Amino acid sequence: MAAAAVHKKEALVRIARRDSMATWKSIGIRIIAVIISLVVSGFLIYAIIKENPLKVYESMWNGAFGSTRRVWITARDTMMLLCIAVGLAPAFKMKFWNIGAEGQILVGGIATAACMIYLKSLPAWLLFLCMFVASCIAGAVWGLIPAMFKAKWNTNETLFTLMMNYVAIQLTSFFVAQWENPFGSNTVGVINQGTKEGWFPPIFGQEYLLNVIIVMALTVGMFIYLKYSKQGYEIAVIGDSQNTARYAGISVRKVFVRTMLISGAICGLSGFLAVSGASHTISTSTAGGRGFTAIIVAWLAKFNTFTMIAISVLIVFLEKGAIEIASKYNLNDYVSSMITGIILFFILGSEFFINYRLIFRSKSKEVA
Amino acid sequence: MTGFISLFQAAVVFGTVIMFGAVGEIITEKSGNLNLGVPGIMYLGGIASLAGSFMYENYTENPSTFICVVIALVCAFVAAALGGLIYSFLTITLRANQNVTGLTLTIFGSGVANFFGGSLNKLAGGVGQISVAATSSGFRAGLPLLSRIEGPIGKLFFNYGWLVYVAIVIAILAQWYLNRTRTGLNLRAVGENPATADAAGINVTAYKYFATCIGAGISGLGGMFYVMDYTKGTWANDGTIENLGWLAVALVIFTTWRPKNAIWGAYLFGILYWAYFYIAGLTRSSQEIFKMLPYVVTIIVLIMISLRKKRENQPPEALGLAYFREDR
Amino acid sequence: MENNVAVRMQHITKAFGTKVVANKDVTLEIEKGEILALLGENGSGKTTLMNMLSGIYHPDSGEIFVDGKEVHIESPKDAYALGIGMIHQHFKLVDVFTATENVALGMDKSKAKNRNAIAKGIKEICDRYGFSVSTDRKVYNMSVSQKQTLEIVKTLYRGANILILDEPTAVLTPQETDKLFDVLRNMKADGKSIIIITHKLHEVLAISDRVSILRKGEFIGTVPTKEATVQSLTEMMVGQKVVLDIERPLIENKKKRLVVSHLSCLNKYGVRSLDDVSFDAYGGEILGVAGISGSGQKALLESIAGLQEAQDGSSVKFIDPKTGEESELVGKNVLQIKQMGVALSFVPEDRLGMGLVGSMGMTDNMMLKSYQKGVVFADRKTPKNLANQVKDELEVVTPSIQTPVRKLSGGNVQKVLVGREIAAEPSVLMAAYAVRGLDINTSYTIYRLLNEQKKKGVAVIYVGEDLDVLLALCDRIAVLCAGRLNGIVDARTTTKEEVGILMTNLRKEGE
Repeated sequence: MAAAAVHKKEALVRIARRDSMATWKSIGIRIIAVIISLVVSGFLIYAIIKENPLKVYESMWNGAFGSTRRVWITARDTMMLLCIAVGLAPAFKMKFWNIGAEGQILVGGIATAACMIYLKSLPAWLLFLCMFVASCIAGAVWGLIPAMFKAKWNTNETLFTLMMNYVAIQLTSFFVAQWENPFGSNTVGVINQGTKEGWFPPIFGQEYLLNVIIVMALTVGMFIYLKYSKQGYEIAVIGDSQNTARYAGISVRKVFVRTMLISGAICGLSGFLAVSGASHTISTSTAGGRGFTAIIVAWLAKFNTFTMIAISVLIVFLEKGAIEIASKYNLNDYVSSMITGIILFFILGSEFFINYRLIFRSKSKEVA
Repeated sequence: MTGFISLFQAAVVFGTVIMFGAVGEIITEKSGNLNLGVPGIMYLGGIASLAGSFMYENYTENPSTFICVVIALVCAFVAAALGGLIYSFLTITLRANQNVTGLTLTIFGSGVANFFGGSLNKLAGGVGQISVAATSSGFRAGLPLLSRIEGPIGKLFFNYGWLVYVAIVIAILAQWYLNRTRTGLNLRAVGENPATADAAGINVTAYKYFATCIGAGISGLGGMFYVMDYTKGTWANDGTIENLGWLAVALVIFTTWRPKNAIWGAYLFGILYWAYFYIAGLTRSSQEIFKMLPYVVTIIVLIMISLRKKRENQPPEALGLAYFREDR
Repeated sequence: MENNVAVRMQHITKAFGTKVVANKDVTLEIEKGEILALLGENGSGKTTLMNMLSGIYHPDSGEIFVDGKEVHIESPKDAYALGIGMIHQHFKLVDVFTATENVALGMDKSKAKNRNAIAKGIKEICDRYGFSVSTDRKVYNMSVSQKQTLEIVKTLYRGANILILDEPTAVLTPQETDKLFDVLRNMKADGKSIIIITHKLHEVLAISDRVSILRKGEFIGTVPTKEATVQSLTEMMVGQKVVLDIERPLIENKKKRLVVSHLSCLNKYGVRSLDDVSFDAYGGEILGVAGISGSGQKALLESIAGLQEAQDGSSVKFIDPKTGEESELVGKNVLQIKQMGVALSFVPEDRLGMGLVGSMGMTDNMMLKSYQKGVVFADRKTPKNLANQVKDELEVVTPSIQTPVRKLSGGNVQKVLVGREIAAEPSVLMAAYAVRGLDINTSYTIYRLLNEQKKKGVAVIYVGEDLDVLLALCDRIAVLCAGRLNGIVDARTTTKEEVGILMTNLRKEGE
């Protein structure tokens, strides 16, 4: 009979939501996840290059922090990633899936490069201001377009912003072709190489200190904005429930648009950092997937901008380290994306053990 | 006329890559999983097929074309489905966020593919040196008899490798599966309303795993087609597959989640993408503007869907949401 | 164990998280060919218990026997295989599917048929019990009672012998309820076992053979219906004798506060959800709003509150109690109404989805009303004091005022919400289903609070579902039917029957 068919053993494991977990415990779980992922990547690397994984990690460390110069480059790239993540934080906190950072960075970069090329005769401070403002505006506009459609017709923002990335990439290709230098190279080359107009000036002799200052200011500012300001409160309410927001007299549309202006502007600003503060050129790989990586940073940090610092450092460390082992062992640098992917998989997976607990058959045992 | 024929041909070959990608993603999304890892999955499919056939061709005296093709197909499908499995395990079993997991899969897939692609190139003697001629020719063989048809008809419709037709068949099969079969109905229910599907005795988890892995496998064939047919069995770390992967995601929206629309939609995207090449008087920079067209058209479709609010054209209702039976 | 027992649930315990115990050592038997009423207040664990029988949840401990054999029901599929089908309160239907497609969902390969055959099967079931289902209609085009019919047909089609209905009458008119009960009796005559989850005593007495009572997750007992009375069941259900009288002070010298005229609204699909409604509300009275759920109550309150757009020609005039000045509320949003100085408080139906922010603590929820006062940064001190005040005065049970309100019990959530709304010193207070899901004591606290407001001269508009409460609490009752105002009656003189008729029979134009 049918009854016999289901007369089977009770399932082995059941899953139940946790009420809460101590902070140290949840941090511990994440650290364990990172360690396991490093071990797994270590085996993988060993399989490929037959080298002691510990030695490999040692050279990774050297790649990221081996010399003052490397530390600064690591810092520069961390700041870039952090800047994007900080820009994404308010949008994601509002549950607005801004997948379009990549495009917002690029248009910001285009605006910066345009200033460097056409306005180089301006005094340095004025040029700097122009680049700053232009990159913000460009990024803001790129964020604004999907936000307006979301606000007015509830157009799916995940897919809209994703498409906007590619519009931006083609726009970049267009400008690269326009500004090609030298002719036929299909690149813009280093802009103002001789005169360094529009380049970030060194501060205390440190080329990238300005990047750090700008981004740290943004990080602190965003933290305060989200946690203590009225607008930050509105974002939090909308993120929890749009109906509650409307009930409280918050104009969801207005906040969508306003927040995406801010989010886009900061992402545009990171285009400014990338062009004026780092590469001094523009290409379709100026964003280089960091717009996507930053989404993961923002998400894992639960929109806490200070937590984002730690995650950004980890990811950039992996990137730099992988590039080092790639050159040392004659591999290519894509190994870094592979390892980053593996580590992120583990961190994403570890969230489960923070939010849920497993109950095994017969004895109700908690597994953390 | 010749201009149109060659544009159409370019569009068909281009479109086939994203048709595979999109049809696979439609099946995935119908289960409620928004897998933004399509580019990564297509990468995995592409590199696995290349690596598999390269190994076989290199270590066999007289490689048989048939075995080459089978190896490439199996490797592409299995590797891509494994990508789907990682995604499924994280999002379904471990309930990780779908968007974030998908993006990570894209990073991972492009890393794996370009890493091994670069290494294979090196193994073969230098950049751009890898070539799996036998496999590629096996894939580029046309349909028997029909490929001999001369004239514009033949050129327009029968001048392609057989995978072009396989893509169409898969799209039609997917359409039939989703709308005409019992399990297809169940699958759509899972994507629309998993709680309802669950209450009806449908194994939501199994369906989601199944759809995501099979969908990923089909998407992976797009990567394989790109490597074997489009670039004729070579590898370059130029990020094209990633671009095509995102275009496949765009195509899913364009089709309003119907595989049959992916057939003409993919070719239309191809025409839009290559149109610049056939329009006289474009400078190199204005060509780039033209290449925006597929994305702009997708945005317009997206806006139209949200404006018209027709229930049948909306994304699956539970798209992007995790399902946990005991949630309350 | 007797052969006649269809299902036996034994020592069932189920907890959610570590705090909420939904069922504690419950033992329950259902016989073949009987209708068992599962009675209990909202939140007493009835639905949870039945969800364990239908495979949605799984008990933490305890056993289930079907036909005398122990079974483990891991999923709804297992339940179906055992002939157990449940009709949930929130229908388990796929909106974009047709009726036939919904019935076809999840069928085993062996039973799978083509859609025409399924449609035929549906027709047969309909004919047998006097239902009617249009097989090709999409669910999103169906009315609530059509959806319920489809749910029952679906369950029968799949061969259920044990049917569980979760509050089936909550969404039905009395006529539809009678029809449903006829069907249930027919099914019982067929030898099917039926469990009906309810908290309505007259329905228990009308339809069931035996009654099992749950209270706060614990099993209280099972009694044959013919030996039970309203009084005895109430006692078992609530555990102590409760004074069913609700205070109803009569306020002299009532002043007009709101003048609603020709108010109409469209829902998101462009269908009229509220149609030409006109009435006045007075300070110092409680105006009840009755109606079957979905008759326009939500649109009415939300359009007054500025949350929904009203159609042209609509008007809601607010008369300032101090100055007597009139101001128009239609066309204004929540913020504008607030800025006009109209003190409007609103306790919405969806507490955590609209009235409160579930992930925030009490303090931050108090801020919802006041945060706009700051310049750039929001003031947190005043809300914190208010949170403490509400916590003390209304005896909110919470670990701290920072604990996310989502983690509080339903009654405490409602106290936070009502407390905040009353603290705003409103001149109009609107409350929708303010006691839904609350235990009796909290319900009475809410009635007391509403009466206090009334005595202060506030115009209270109370949307309710329990007619007994509406008749006891309100001064007048406005009855909505299909988006139209079908009449306003004096709550002191009217009868339940009169209100019931107004709820269900739409008056023709010009009558």
